[in-house]
Amino acid sequence: MALLLNFVIVFVKKLNGNPRNKIIMARKEILKAESKNFNFHYADGTHALKDINIPLYEKKITALIGPSGCGKSTFLRSFNRMHDLYAGNKYDGEIILHPDDTNILDKKVDPIEVRMRISMVFQKPNPFPKSIYENVAYGLRVRGEHNKRLLDDKVEEALKGASLWNEVKDRLQDLAYNLSGGQQQRLCIARALATDPEIMLFDEPTSALDPIATVNIEELMSELKKKLTILIVTHNMQQAARISDYTAYMYLGEMIEFDETDIIFTKPSKKATEDYITGKFG
Amino acid sequence: MSKIIGHEDNLNAIRVLIKKHKKNDRIFSYIGLFVIGSLAIALLVLFLDLVIDGYPKMNLEFFSNFPSRKPEGAGILSAWVGSALVLIVTFFVAVPMGVASGIYLEEYAKKGWFADLIEINVANLAGVPSIIYGLLALGLFVYEFGLGQSILTAGLTLSLLMLPIVIVATREAIRAIPVHIREAAYAVGATKWQVTLHHVLQYAMGGVLTGIIIGMARAIGETAPVITIGALTFIAFLPPTPVTDVAPFINFAWLEAGFTVLPIQMFNWISRPEHAFHINAAATGAVIIILTLLMNGIAIKLRYSIRKKIKW
Ligand SMILES: Nc1ncnc2c1ncn2[C@@H]1O[C@H](COP(=O)(O)OP(=O)(O)OP(=O)(O)O)[C@@H](O)[C@H]1O
Ligand SMILES: [Mg+2]
Repeated sequence: MALLLNFVIVFVKKLNGNPRNKIIMARKEILKAESKNFNFHYADGTHALKDINIPLYEKKITALIGPSGCGKSTFLRSFNRMHDLYAGNKYDGEIILHPDDTNILDKKVDPIEVRMRISMVFQKPNPFPKSIYENVAYGLRVRGEHNKRLLDDKVEEALKGASLWNEVKDRLQDLAYNLSGGQQQRLCIARALATDPEIMLFDEPTSALDPIATVNIEELMSELKKKLTILIVTHNMQQAARISDYTAYMYLGEMIEFDETDIIFTKPSKKATEDYITGKFG
Repeated sequence: MSKIIGHEDNLNAIRVLIKKHKKNDRIFSYIGLFVIGSLAIALLVLFLDLVIDGYPKMNLEFFSNFPSRKPEGAGILSAWVGSALVLIVTFFVAVPMGVASGIYLEEYAKKGWFADLIEINVANLAGVPSIIYGLLALGLFVYEFGLGQSILTAGLTLSLLMLPIVIVATREAIRAIPVHIREAAYAVGATKWQVTLHHVLQYAMGGVLTGIIIGMARAIGETAPVITIGALTFIAFLPPTPVTDVAPFINFAWLEAGFTVLPIQMFNWISRPEHAFHINAAATGAVIIILTLLMNGIAIKLRYSIRKKIKW
């Protein structure tokens, strides 16, 4: 009996000793998605991701940082099965989406379904050569929505959600290319938002923007996380520190450290993480 | 002191180098100008020659008269109507098939040895001499399918010629669509067919149209395959009209009619001994060249105006 008690005590101590578990226990975070022993091979054989285990907590922003070529984009793009567009790419392991516990990498799961639940904003603003309205409405159109009133409402809601409404409400029929770079990026966010996704992926969304547009987008993301879960790749250390709740540091296709952003940036447990963050390397 | 001299030497060396490079620029631009200039002049002389020779015939009657034994009263009515009808058939066969093949090869076909095989074949088709198509058509359309020496046969034959042009143009236009636009469409959950219909086809339209018009311009001047399948050289009647005044208002009898086309009419007149017929031939030649140039002009204009609307 005493032995058993001892075991339990040791176990509880161990659990508390791990900061990640402490947080989870303390704040009751809800798990939205998690990658489990996830490996990714490109068609040419490049082993781009090795045994990645990263959780995404609901209504939190998780940032991926790490030197160029470490696999951040590859990881992000796995979440909406973008790699399926090119023959020969290979996923191993799982990415589980909660609460339905769907393994979105499962061959039986249609990538279209995954993309309807998880939307994406790219590094370079990539609006369609169509009107502002059509850009935002497109996600609904592919779902077969034709009701004009409903589309109008959704477009307005999404543009407001992307804080672009006031700037474009009088010229919804203009070509999207007449917008500035920052506006185009917010348009792409509106497009991704219009379909009420559960998770939004951002791949260096501000790297092509000036500082003011960057601040706009960052504020927007903090607003968005009230409604949904965000995974963002960024090269900008300050940005990760400013907006994210959790940070994963990746290096050469491996996840080196994952923790609360505060901890990663103040007292990381790995030397490699510290070196990268303090700029000694990378 | 010595430092400054070294500096000047250096500067002079750079200037000499630049001068040498500029000289290459100049030499090349002269050569280019000469080559392109002589080509343009050759074309212009040819064209002017036809126009001057054919000038006496360049009037409305030339277009509204049938060919005749008397060169003065002869016109190209049956020839241009024949050309127009044949082109209509060609258009409705080659465009859907060519565009669909281009889309299939670019978007749907799995890359592999089979796709490569088709690719090589299509590329080669564009280089096959047109008379070979004529022979194929004679055997297949005229004898095997029993379509006769008709407008339909000619239209189908010329569409064989036009197909590779449309396919190649479609594929090139599709390839020019940047990956990030494509990915953006897939990322919101579009299916392959939706991406094709809403994006690929629309953004490729400029290039596709250009290909279609250039293909048509080529088809309009083709002579050998049309002679092979047995177009008539002298024809003094019109095929039944495609549109009628009784229901169902549309009539396909013209497809089976015998016909002639502009280049054959021209060929026919050239082979006559009388000089007066040669004037008719020159006028017909001028008409063909003007039509071709006009179509190429439209293609350029279309491409330009569509390009202006689409920026990536
Ligand atoms: N299509 C591809 N085929 C083969 N290898 C690829 C492909 N795309 C990326 N890679 C390789 O996979 C690794 C990870 O690339 P990835 O683009 O994910 O890096 P990243 O962390 O996003 O870099 P960056 O910060 O520069 O965007 C790199 O070694 C890269 O060379
Ligand atoms: Mg990247």
